[in-house]
Amino acid sequence: MSSTVDIKTLVIDGKEVSARAGQTILEVARENGIEIPTLCHLDGLSDVGACRLCVVEVKGNHKLFPACVTSIFEGMEVTTQTDRLKKHRRTILELLFTERNHICSVCVSNGHCELQTLGQSQGLTHVRLPYRNPNLPVDASNERFTVDHNRCILCTRCVRVCAEVEGAHVWDVMGRGINSMVITDLNEPWGESSCTRCGKCVQVCPTGALFDKGKVGNSHPKHPDFLPYLNMMREAK
Amino acid sequence: MSKTIAIDPVTRLEGHGKITIQLDDQGEVANAHFHVTQVRGFEKFSEGRPFYEMPSLMARICGICPVSHLIASAKACEAIMSVDIPYTAAQLRRMLNLAQMVQSHALSFFYLSSPDLLLGLDSDPASRHIFGVAQAHPELSRAGIGLRRFGQHIIELLGDKRIHPGWVIPGGVTEPLSAAKRGEILGMLPEAYRNIALGLNWYKQIADQFHAEAQVFANFPSLYMGLLNEDESVEFTDGALRIIDAKGAILENGITAARFPEFIGEAVEPYSYTKFAYYKPLGYPEGSYRVGPLARLNIARSMGTPLADIELKQFKLLALGPVQSSLHYHYARLIDMLYGIERIEEILTDPLILDKHIRAIAGVNRLEGAGQAEAPRGTLMHNYKVDENGLITWANLVIATGQNNNAMNKGVAQAAKHYIKGGQYSEGILNRVEAVVRTFDPCLSCSTHALGQMPLELQLVNCAGEVVDVVRRG
Repeated sequence: MSSTVDIKTLVIDGKEVSARAGQTILEVARENGIEIPTLCHLDGLSDVGACRLCVVEVKGNHKLFPACVTSIFEGMEVTTQTDRLKKHRRTILELLFTERNHICSVCVSNGHCELQTLGQSQGLTHVRLPYRNPNLPVDASNERFTVDHNRCILCTRCVRVCAEVEGAHVWDVMGRGINSMVITDLNEPWGESSCTRCGKCVQVCPTGALFDKGKVGNSHPKHPDFLPYLNMMREAK
Repeated sequence: MSKTIAIDPVTRLEGHGKITIQLDDQGEVANAHFHVTQVRGFEKFSEGRPFYEMPSLMARICGICPVSHLIASAKACEAIMSVDIPYTAAQLRRMLNLAQMVQSHALSFFYLSSPDLLLGLDSDPASRHIFGVAQAHPELSRAGIGLRRFGQHIIELLGDKRIHPGWVIPGGVTEPLSAAKRGEILGMLPEAYRNIALGLNWYKQIADQFHAEAQVFANFPSLYMGLLNEDESVEFTDGALRIIDAKGAILENGITAARFPEFIGEAVEPYSYTKFAYYKPLGYPEGSYRVGPLARLNIARSMGTPLADIELKQFKLLALGPVQSSLHYHYARLIDMLYGIERIEEILTDPLILDKHIRAIAGVNRLEGAGQAEAPRGTLMHNYKVDENGLITWANLVIATGQNNNAMNKGVAQAAKHYIKGGQYSEGILNRVEAVVRTFDPCLSCSTHALGQMPLELQLVNCAGEVVDVVRRG
């Protein structure tokens, strides 16, 4: 092993693990078979800590830390599954479901949706908060793809894949807080934007917000696994 | 003193509604109405949605006949796309539609109406239901349950789900039929034939007992409308509409979905959320007509399948021209089921049914499209307008129950006037008034696009508008 590699040891859920300095809690946990739920994180994209589903507890600090953007340190003691964390994760999911119009039964992603899957895996049996039912538009101006803002959870995966991998930076976020919207170019219709029609944003979208017009019914599994492979091949060059 | 009887909720129907019967000072029936009491608004909230999402969205109108909405909606979308779908896709959808007709008719006849027919209209309401039927005539209830399972299982095999299958899409279907599934459906046919034969034979034996009811169960001349093939045989999925008058003369023929609005208008009455469809050249209410099993058999020259054709000949003997009493919807419904089973067998033995080419792909090529199909309870029409990106700007659905609405109201009034004399009535008499509505097998959730719970009620109101009695169930 090279002497330049700085190895740290830490404890996650009672298990002693070792990691390279600079790694995040999420990376180390997954390398060691410890599952932490995530939504905005996607292997192959930078992390932004937007969704907060990956929050964990670190001994000695009462704050919660997003595992995807928190670096490990020597002697760190991390807990990923506590009642407190489960409660926060469920509340986050409830907030996501109430914020826009997630109608699974008629969604192209029904059965393939990361939000739906998380709702199930995190034991979300009901939503205690009132639904906002906003009146949001659908943009079907692109000849191949549609964006339905009703199903967008503002994870910004589309923004990141477009900027970081495709290099086009067509997608971005407009507005603040609850009024934020993903937009193409300077809020032009998608079909009139500088979009390259590569479709990466559709494949990384965790819900049915971005979908392929050719995929109707409940037949739209997404395939974001191309990303790490693409990055690896690029690095190899 | 005048008063109003309310039957609220009307039971053994799909959806919820109520009946009010208005009595005058002498206790005679002045008028009676069938009300559908809730609104849903599918046409409104589909605005802004992509057109290709419409079949799955519209199917949610109803859990009994989602397939009818899937098909009418997909056809309206295909009109927007300007495509003819592949032959195999059309045949597979035809089979799905027939499977749904069989299961829905089995529900209507065996679960909802056979308790009246087997146990009697005056029998104890506490056991006047499918469980009472199961006790009194186990084989009959088993046949009904078997036929419903037959239809539901085909829907599940084709579309992966019994209710709201996502398989029908604009352009065709998502998956071809596998040989294994074809074999499984073929294997179910002998039992289905046995079950429908049992139902038909039983009904024909008891039908004469209801001769008196036949005279007053919505028994009046009206127009009839339904889909037909070019050879004048019954059709559920394609074909074009024919309208006949009360004597059987053809008023219109070959009405395609695109031309539907030329001939059919919709009136609104203050007492119901369901609209009242009428034949435009005769106006409202003179142009009111009936749809569904009775209308289909009145219009068709043949069923197009051998066993059902034998039954059709017997059915036609019930009257010289069109059969006018809605009691005979029950018989027509059983013949529909037999036809459905025979056609499903025909479709399955078609050598092209396993073909893999099952979907046409196209974008928006027209800004408006309409599609029509026969739902179990009658003709269903979906009409959409879209913008150049394919987002819905306007939608209109003309539902079978809306097309039967005037006949149901007239039928309720006819039966009430016949049975209620001098303000005297019994539970059995009110059940007869409800049973008139049941013959039509209305789907109230479809017709009103209504939301809420299922129950239905009957109200008796005096001339001052005061409710004097309410029969509520649910």
